[in-house]
Amino acid sequence: MNAIIISAVWGVLMMYAGFFLQSKRSIHLLAIAGICLMIGATAYEFLSGIPFVTIDTKGMLEYTGYGLAFLLIILVSTLVYFILSGNDIHSAGKSASDLYALVFFILTGIAVVAGYRSLLMLFLGIEIVSIPLYVLAGSDKSNLKSNEAALKYFLMGSFSTGLMLMGIALIYGDTGSFYLDAIRAGFGVLTPMKAAGMLLILASMSFKVSAAPFHFWTPDVYDGSPTVFTSFMATIVKSVAFFAFLTLFDHAFGKLHEQWKVLVAIIAVATLLIGNITAVFQQSVKRMLAYSSIAQAGFMMLSIYAINTFAKQGLLLYFAGYSFATLGIFAVLSKMKDHSIDSFNGFAKSNPIIALSLLISLLSLAGIPLTAGFFAKYYMLLAVIREGGMLWLVITAVLCAAVSVYYYFRVIQAMYFKESVQDNSSLFSPYFKWMMFLNAVLIIVLGIHPDLILSLI
Amino acid sequence: MFAAVDNFPALLIWIPLLGGLLSFFLKDAKRAKTSAIVFAASSLLVLMVSMNFSGKENMQLNQVSYDWLSSIGSNFGLILDGLTRTMSLLTAIVFLLVFVLVPFDQYKDANKFYGLMLLTHCGLVGVFMATDALVFYLFWELALIPVYFLASIWGGEKRIRATFKFFIYTFIGSVLMLIAILYMYNKTNATSFGLSAFFNLNNTATEQYWLFSAFFIAFAIKMPLFPLHTWQPESYEQSPAPVTMVLSSVMVKMGLFGLLRWVMPLFPLAVKQFSPVLMIVISIGVVYASLVAIYQDNIKRLIAYSSIAHIGLMAMGILTLKEVAISGTLIQMFNHGVNILALWIVAYLIEKQTGILSISKLGGLAKKAPVLSIFMLVAVLANVALPLTNAFVGEFMIFNGIYQANKLFAAFTGLSIIFSAVYSLNMVKNVFYGTESKAASLVTDIKGLQVIIFVILTALILLVGVYPQPFFNMFSDAMGLILNRYNS
Repeated sequence: MNAIIISAVWGVLMMYAGFFLQSKRSIHLLAIAGICLMIGATAYEFLSGIPFVTIDTKGMLEYTGYGLAFLLIILVSTLVYFILSGNDIHSAGKSASDLYALVFFILTGIAVVAGYRSLLMLFLGIEIVSIPLYVLAGSDKSNLKSNEAALKYFLMGSFSTGLMLMGIALIYGDTGSFYLDAIRAGFGVLTPMKAAGMLLILASMSFKVSAAPFHFWTPDVYDGSPTVFTSFMATIVKSVAFFAFLTLFDHAFGKLHEQWKVLVAIIAVATLLIGNITAVFQQSVKRMLAYSSIAQAGFMMLSIYAINTFAKQGLLLYFAGYSFATLGIFAVLSKMKDHSIDSFNGFAKSNPIIALSLLISLLSLAGIPLTAGFFAKYYMLLAVIREGGMLWLVITAVLCAAVSVYYYFRVIQAMYFKESVQDNSSLFSPYFKWMMFLNAVLIIVLGIHPDLILSLI
Repeated sequence: MFAAVDNFPALLIWIPLLGGLLSFFLKDAKRAKTSAIVFAASSLLVLMVSMNFSGKENMQLNQVSYDWLSSIGSNFGLILDGLTRTMSLLTAIVFLLVFVLVPFDQYKDANKFYGLMLLTHCGLVGVFMATDALVFYLFWELALIPVYFLASIWGGEKRIRATFKFFIYTFIGSVLMLIAILYMYNKTNATSFGLSAFFNLNNTATEQYWLFSAFFIAFAIKMPLFPLHTWQPESYEQSPAPVTMVLSSVMVKMGLFGLLRWVMPLFPLAVKQFSPVLMIVISIGVVYASLVAIYQDNIKRLIAYSSIAHIGLMAMGILTLKEVAISGTLIQMFNHGVNILALWIVAYLIEKQTGILSISKLGGLAKKAPVLSIFMLVAVLANVALPLTNAFVGEFMIFNGIYQANKLFAAFTGLSIIFSAVYSLNMVKNVFYGTESKAASLVTDIKGLQVIIFVILTALILLVGVYPQPFFNMFSDAMGLILNRYNS
């Protein structure tokens, strides 16, 4: 509850800050201050269980430990994002304070999603997240690709929102309520109306998390948007969509798990295969990361399939591990003009610290032990095994993980085993280098002690 | 502090780990080499000291368990029994000799080179000591990553492709193993990864078949067994010499070790079911690899194929389920490491001095390098398993077991011994004797430290060949766990 209020207020504040604050630095610091404040307030609410202000939402919003832990991870990821990509936000559009404001409004939506107990709030939250994103995707107004990305995202996004509304309407028609608990109570037997409603919601949620076969927008939108916002979309927004997905299917549709889990399994396998196999053929790192984010979504889908304690714990770990690693790679990418794999040649020589941090991030995405990514994947697999049956799902997943090694390691090979043609050593400021390094340390710490996040729940 | 000294297993992990990390910060190549030698030597020393505390009465010194991920039931469990000790001893000896052998200016960025080597050391020792499946898996990967970088940075021309193939192969194997580990962990009600907890699971036959397959593929890739061996000759050829030495003397033993420590005790029904079929496949592989070795012109590739044959033989020894063959395999794992290290060192010295590894272009080196040729002869004879050499003890016992299991197999696989004599002696003849080649003029004989290294290796070859008993005494505590489900 604290986070909703602070982020909304801070968003407005950031908009007006553009008038008063002239220097980039102060706007950047103001944004970081806002995030830190939100982290503090959310942590307080998480520990004490009492928000600063209590608003009667008629039970439509309810913040449990799990939701707040999720929110904390998202906020910390956003802080990492601001620190690593702050400069790029400034160069992405004319007035950075507006862009920051939009990010804060997105956070408001995220905070709504973190505690929704009614389909209305789910819809509101997702829309509050999506609409500023359409703007961010098109924020590079002079770039045709950015415009294309924004339009594509908007059209596809609103279409999927339409599907979701239709699904919500059908579910409401059958159970007579928007509340998750009431829906759950009415979900004893599968009626055609429920089935249709669930299918529609499943499709629209799959769209939001870019799961196959609803992923077609992802590569173009991710590729066309300014890299700094691609980074935000691919990590934080994706995590939110997954959280909404999990909460809905766990709380509201949990009783019919046996019926829908096959569908989710099929979606997961399709996503894993399409994401990983297509990523192999990409020459641009940005596009490769777009497909990699689809591939990672396939892994996260396993948690929706399983819906048990391991799945819920693991998903939070996955958010953190995946977000930190991806944010780091995107932050480096957005500082480079050329996004091809060859442009990373010789990084180990010219930028040893950046190369090491990228190495750790890439190893984490590939799921190599002692990085956060390993335990994230480990929990997803464990959750599926715990659920029982469908071992083919696990086998497909690990084989896809082995495929993913191929494309992640191509970047590593370029950095460490190839000679560079041009001099890249002046691309990054010392501050950025050390922040990247800290990010990498964070990934390693989570890889050695995943308890740090698991104990939150 | 003193309590820490009591825990030998933990020390054996920490020494190479700290040494490896420290090495990255040493800018001076000479100092990096010295520090690497010191850390490898102290590993060996700790291991030697721990030998005095073996046996049941000292179990608390040699088996430790630290809290790590208590929330998911994984403990950092390590054990130091006879099997582990042999393998750790081999690891420590190989690394120490390699560090002493390779001059500090051989590779650029020497500090990183030694750092990665020591991290590999840490990973290997961890694999050998782990009693917790998750820890085992972590070290299994930890040993792989530094080797990947070592081979890709300092390797030959086609290194990137070759080592990547190696990496992908091993990674596929290890993720399959991870599924099996998770499956069993789930069966313990998500409470433990411990070997003993897995041991008590009573998996049904069908479950064991699947679990066995997942583990076995991972180990077979690592060994490597025919037909999963295709990564090996290429990556041995392309890796820098020290890495090849480590790969072939120690790393491939991870697979055999895994069979002994994890597969044999955990999946008795599956092992019994599959061992006849696997023995057929492996024996074909052994003979095939020996035949291919005969036709190799490159010394490195010849040694690589010879290694596939010898490793296959050891795997067969394990699958016979006969105690004599398994003891033979245990001691042969050590011996093969020593012998092949000697062979690689000779190959390395020849390549370093002449730049040629092609057997047909070499010849008559013995005149210029008589001492080297004597050592080479000893190593080759040990590789052929001549009596009085160490390999004779192991391979004789393995064949004894195979013969008890199936006479036909013994006869067929026995061909590999003949072939091994053919290619090994052919190599010695064509490289060291025969018509003098142009390359022969470039060779100088070994001296100083190199002689000492060879004397140590020769001593190990002959000593174990004549008096292997201390090793068998060491194995007694490991044998029980490996075989007790098969004897009843």
